Amino acid sequence: MAKIHVSPRSIVVPGDLIAEGDDVEAESLFIEKRGKKFYATITGLVSIEQVDDKYKINIIPLEGAYIPRPGDIVIGLVEDIGLTHWEIDISSPYKGILTVQEALDKPFNPVTDSLKRYLDVGDYVVAKVIAFDRARDPLLTIKGKGLGRVTEGSIVEIKPSRVPRVIGKKGSMVNMLIKETGCEVLVGQNGRILIKCPNKDIEEVLILSIKKIEAEAHTTGLTERVREFIRKERERRGV
Amino acid sequence: MGGTGAEKPTLIRWEERGGERVAVRIDGRLPEQLRPIRIEVGVLGNADGSALVEYGATRVLAAVYGPREAVPRHVALPDRAIIRCRYHMAPFSTEERKTPAPTRREVELSKVIREALESVVLTEMYPRTSIDVYMEVLQSDGGTRTAAITAASLALADAGIAMRDLVAGVAVGKVDGILVLDINEVEDNYAEADMPVAMAPSLDKVLLLQLNGVLTHDEFIKALELARRGILEIYKLQKEALRKKYVEVETSTTG
Repeated sequence: MAKIHVSPRSIVVPGDLIAEGDDVEAESLFIEKRGKKFYATITGLVSIEQVDDKYKINIIPLEGAYIPRPGDIVIGLVEDIGLTHWEIDISSPYKGILTVQEALDKPFNPVTDSLKRYLDVGDYVVAKVIAFDRARDPLLTIKGKGLGRVTEGSIVEIKPSRVPRVIGKKGSMVNMLIKETGCEVLVGQNGRILIKCPNKDIEEVLILSIKKIEAEAHTTGLTERVREFIRKERERRGV
Repeated sequence: MGGTGAEKPTLIRWEERGGERVAVRIDGRLPEQLRPIRIEVGVLGNADGSALVEYGATRVLAAVYGPREAVPRHVALPDRAIIRCRYHMAPFSTEERKTPAPTRREVELSKVIREALESVVLTEMYPRTSIDVYMEVLQSDGGTRTAAITAASLALADAGIAMRDLVAGVAVGKVDGILVLDINEVEDNYAEADMPVAMAPSLDKVLLLQLNGVLTHDEFIKALELARRGILEIYKLQKEALRKKYVEVETSTTG
């Protein structure tokens, strides 16, 4: 029989005993199993789910760097240009590699053509991680719907560990932001958020509310509080 | 040991307390008593993680950067992160100005602290990166290496780096034949022995143990047990401080 040592949604720190027993399953990389005991290895919020006769435990990290995973949508900044590839800063310990094959639809000849014509240093791109095996740098692609160079809008940077909170359960938070402000919001998994707003005033309100989510990521009832915040700010500013 | 040449102060007084004769230390503490400890996490905005730790008048600031791209590139390891540590005493941390250049002692302490941290941090989770730990002693009153390691482990946890346990450290000394916990500068100067210890309490492992001076076998066992008790107390404060950072945000925003 499982013994749970922490209450759900409480904060755990490295070394905390979360649970013990044979019917416990760890769903996070940040939970270490020693014998029958499960320990936290990171500062985060625990969630405990009872499925059939098993307890599934998970930790949502409160801090930490962005580690790329295949399939992630990220917003990158072009840092350097090689002969047939771009190096992209994806605010992670690992830099993204975008090869010319993953960017252009036509054959590319480095002798007659220059990559600079397509993407220059300082450009932002919306990209997808296609492969990352930890031994080499993550490979990106900008071929696909919604991907490619960013031509308009603003970028807001937050801590990557706060991204799940900005998206919310099944996108509840980001959908609320879009509905309340009428802006377009694209959240990159690496903590960069692309926003396109009808005017500057509403953009400011949106940025403030994103920063509010970042600061209060570990609290409960955040969606409603942020909704309230946006309505108050809009009223106060008359936008 | 390194007596300053001045006359030795009375380090242990014997007092009658509740019908018992107890040893009282120069700062009024009992032999098994820690100094007042203050811990604060997340004190630096630029660092990924930071902590300030005070053991009495000893004050150490730790900052952690990373995991980040290792520079220069050739120092990176293909299968895990490297940890780089810098223990440094500020020129104003001691009574007499300390030259800011790293001394032999500081290089050694950086190394032993790095090795202690390497055994708890899950470096395999961050291959080809570096984790940089900076510890700056702001004020020194004995036990700076143990305060530094306590601060460093908190800063790592604050940076969201995966580690198997927090690390806490404390020094035990032998003063006038009596084993004392959390030895301070004056006691250290005239002590027969000084033994800094760092442990990972939930793993129940010793990560750092140095001994300066002489202890008998029995004294050593007693000293280690004394250190363990002190470390458990500090460990509790560490966890409290880490949690407090988030609770504070909560109360300041819901009001």
